[in-house]
Amino acid sequence: MIDFVRALGDRSLERLASLGRASIMWLSAIWGLPRWADVPLLIKQIYNVGVLSLVIIVMSAFSIGAVIALQFYTQLSRFGAEDAVGLGLALVLLRELGPVVTGLLFAGRAGSAVTAEIGLMKTTEQLSSMEMMGVDPLRRIVAPRLWAGVISMPLLTAMFNVVAIYGGMVVAVNWLGSDVGNFWSGMQDSVELWNDVGKGMIKSVIFAVVVTWISVYQGYDTEPTPEGIGFATTRTVVISSVMILALDFILTLSMYGEFK
Amino acid sequence: MRMRTVEISVGAFVLAGALALTFLAIKVSGVNLSRSADSYVVKARFDDVAGLRLRAKVSMAGVTVGRVSKIEVDMEYGEAVVSLEINGKPGNLSADTGAQILTEGILGARYVSLLPGADEETLAEGDFIEETQGALVLENLIGDLVTRLGSS
Repeated sequence: MIDFVRALGDRSLERLASLGRASIMWLSAIWGLPRWADVPLLIKQIYNVGVLSLVIIVMSAFSIGAVIALQFYTQLSRFGAEDAVGLGLALVLLRELGPVVTGLLFAGRAGSAVTAEIGLMKTTEQLSSMEMMGVDPLRRIVAPRLWAGVISMPLLTAMFNVVAIYGGMVVAVNWLGSDVGNFWSGMQDSVELWNDVGKGMIKSVIFAVVVTWISVYQGYDTEPTPEGIGFATTRTVVISSVMILALDFILTLSMYGEFK
Repeated sequence: MRMRTVEISVGAFVLAGALALTFLAIKVSGVNLSRSADSYVVKARFDDVAGLRLRAKVSMAGVTVGRVSKIEVDMEYGEAVVSLEINGKPGNLSADTGAQILTEGILGARYVSLLPGADEETLAEGDFIEETQGALVLENLIGDLVTRLGSS
């Protein structure tokens, strides 16, 4: 019994210490960037996590938009309200699915890659040799990846939303024959710039911070074995996904809770 | 050369993101940058607006001519004061224009319908529309009907 309590205490302390290490890493890395000399590193990382994620984002966005439009159309046409397809599609995407699905895809595509990369650097002791050469790995390795994620993900979310709305339009208007004017004007009548577009973007910035933080930390804190890298990569995807979904509920509740 | 490709594609990526945001703002949420220059506001008092929302349509003869820009309540008279942003320059609505709140479509979106007047005078910025009819609230109608049926 005492052993059990001791083990529990040990694990809690370990978790707490790991959270503390992650926070220290995050803070020192966030302060580490604003230097002009580091901009090329940042651009390289935006390329890695942003540009290379574009294909998966665009393809998923198109099919998700198409599927939502199809479902909305079939259900709404039972009430003769096909005109509301554009409105429903835009609200669902801007408020929820855009930030969330982009976050999940980003965690799977870019977050895992970052974890594996940094984990391998640690395993092959590149990080410690950097420190020995007097180069701060937090500034050189961690900071550009954090900033790149935070810059790329809102942009990816915006593109996701645009492509998904286009995909929905292709299905609802070009295929099912809903009226193109009603599709757009219904959307424009009810979508508000700040309340829908702006808050969705805030969500995606928060998700970006969380996902990049988790993935960089998991790589940085990995056990320096091949197996450890595998575990760290898995943990990145699992923890990021759970955090995104849980945070999304909390954010939605605080943003739209009283139906403002 | 390799770094150059990376830089160009990152530039294109950021540009595409900015374009996507602009598209969301203008085409999806319907923000119109040029309109504000060419519109003016008239007000109308209603006894009941029952679910009229901001940015609802203002129409005349079924054509959209403006939007609802503000809804306030006048506690003293117990009336709602609705500001209507009308497209165009002041002077295109006659002074005895009427306004009523109607319902559109299955989702029950409320909108303001303007009824043309015949007066030579026109409404200026900030003027009140005198002839108004508030929204018909279904519950009140049913309540009326029930009392009438009961008393006869």
